[in-house]
Amino acid sequence: MLAVVGTIPDREFPLLAGKVTLENGEICIQGKKVAVKRGTPALLAAAIKVGEVLGQEGPFGYLVGDIGRGEGSQQLYKYLAKHLSQTDFHIIAFHYIQPHIGWHNRILSVIEKMKKRPILVADAGYMYVAKMSGRSDAYDLFTPDVGELAFLADELAPHPFYTRGFLLHEENHVPDLISRVYAHQNAPRYLLVKGKQDYIANRKGILAVVDDSLQEAMEVIGGTGDTLTGIVAALIATRIDIREAAIIASKVNRLAGVYAHPTPATQVRKIIQYIPKALREILSKEG
Amino acid sequence: MPLFQFLKRKEPNEAAEEKADRGFLVFENTSEVIQAENLLKRVGWEIRVMGPPPEIRSGCDLVIEFPLIEELRIVKILRDVGIPPIKVVPVTSPLLQPVNLFQIRDFGLYLMVRAANMKLTVEKETLMIVNISGGGCPDVPYLAEQMVGKSLAESPSPREIGHTLCGYALLLAYEEMKRRCLQL
Repeated sequence: MLAVVGTIPDREFPLLAGKVTLENGEICIQGKKVAVKRGTPALLAAAIKVGEVLGQEGPFGYLVGDIGRGEGSQQLYKYLAKHLSQTDFHIIAFHYIQPHIGWHNRILSVIEKMKKRPILVADAGYMYVAKMSGRSDAYDLFTPDVGELAFLADELAPHPFYTRGFLLHEENHVPDLISRVYAHQNAPRYLLVKGKQDYIANRKGILAVVDDSLQEAMEVIGGTGDTLTGIVAALIATRIDIREAAIIASKVNRLAGVYAHPTPATQVRKIIQYIPKALREILSKEG
Repeated sequence: MPLFQFLKRKEPNEAAEEKADRGFLVFENTSEVIQAENLLKRVGWEIRVMGPPPEIRSGCDLVIEFPLIEELRIVKILRDVGIPPIKVVPVTSPLLQPVNLFQIRDFGLYLMVRAANMKLTVEKETLMIVNISGGGCPDVPYLAEQMVGKSLAESPSPREIGHTLCGYALLLAYEEMKRRCLQL
């Protein structure tokens, strides 16, 4: 089963743990509903769509309201430190959360003591704090965009805001940045880098490049990275290996984008609608 | 655990990594440091006053260590009471500068500005913010909810409602977009 850890952009949203469903375009947990705009709700919606096609149960969510003040994230860290050891998820996807090294390390130490270690995926704030803490190698998959890849490649930067200019420059080739991420040991087992071309890599190098179905507008649509993370996490939950799941997820996310005919003003919920159609098509092609 | 292992000194790398989410607020003089310390402690921030590292030593020489991620919010609090820091730097690499490189993409009817990990896109004709993407701190989805669908002129600034370094990067993209859109 997939567990998703993240935040909701509503200060009043309480800390909730439970099965997440999708009802009339809103995610629903413990009777509370949240509109899908971007962020963790978009990740969850994408994961649910994949699960529906594959006949898998929906994800388990650990969600709390946080608008950047960090109080919700603190509650969530504390809750996970207390309860995570009693779970047996196949995979946990960590997402939007206020980075805090002390809490991150505490959660990791809880996970390392679990009888069966789950597959660990990190994106957004949790990927930042994993890198900040020097523990990227404890993770199985990160899903950065090219700007975040530059941050991972910068051994000095504590946050993407401080990434040095020579790494951020557009001309930097993604493969060079990937090599640098692994050289400085700021990488998990696998990287899925989203961009004009999506790259799947590990410490041996680039494993696959997905460059079909390019929709230029996808770059600026908030939440398209979240959907990619949701799709790959849901696929891994079905016991597909990470490399293959990353390739399929990349193709599905891009094809869903094609079906949505996006402009830079398109909102991600429109793309999410096409994930089932794209997934069926890619799976039938892949055999 | 072997006896006294808990007294073992941390390896230098380990200690540095634990500080990677902290920053230094640098002030004009010690009086401002003390005022800022009193204010921030009174409102519950986890901070401490200490001597600066050699790279940023200037003479006065006290700095405040604080949670770096929340730079945008803390600097706003200090600015509002008239004691803005003269510099904010990461503890682990005090010579690092905030991102000052913008990537611009013209989509015809739309224009995108990227600052660090944050992208902001407007429709050129109406100057309406149509999308915000990137980022990983929890104020990003909140900022997007508050800003998308509003014109550059009527949108709240991330300076006012943002909290984190991602919010700060979005502020830079937003200000650069405003600067450019006046020239469209």
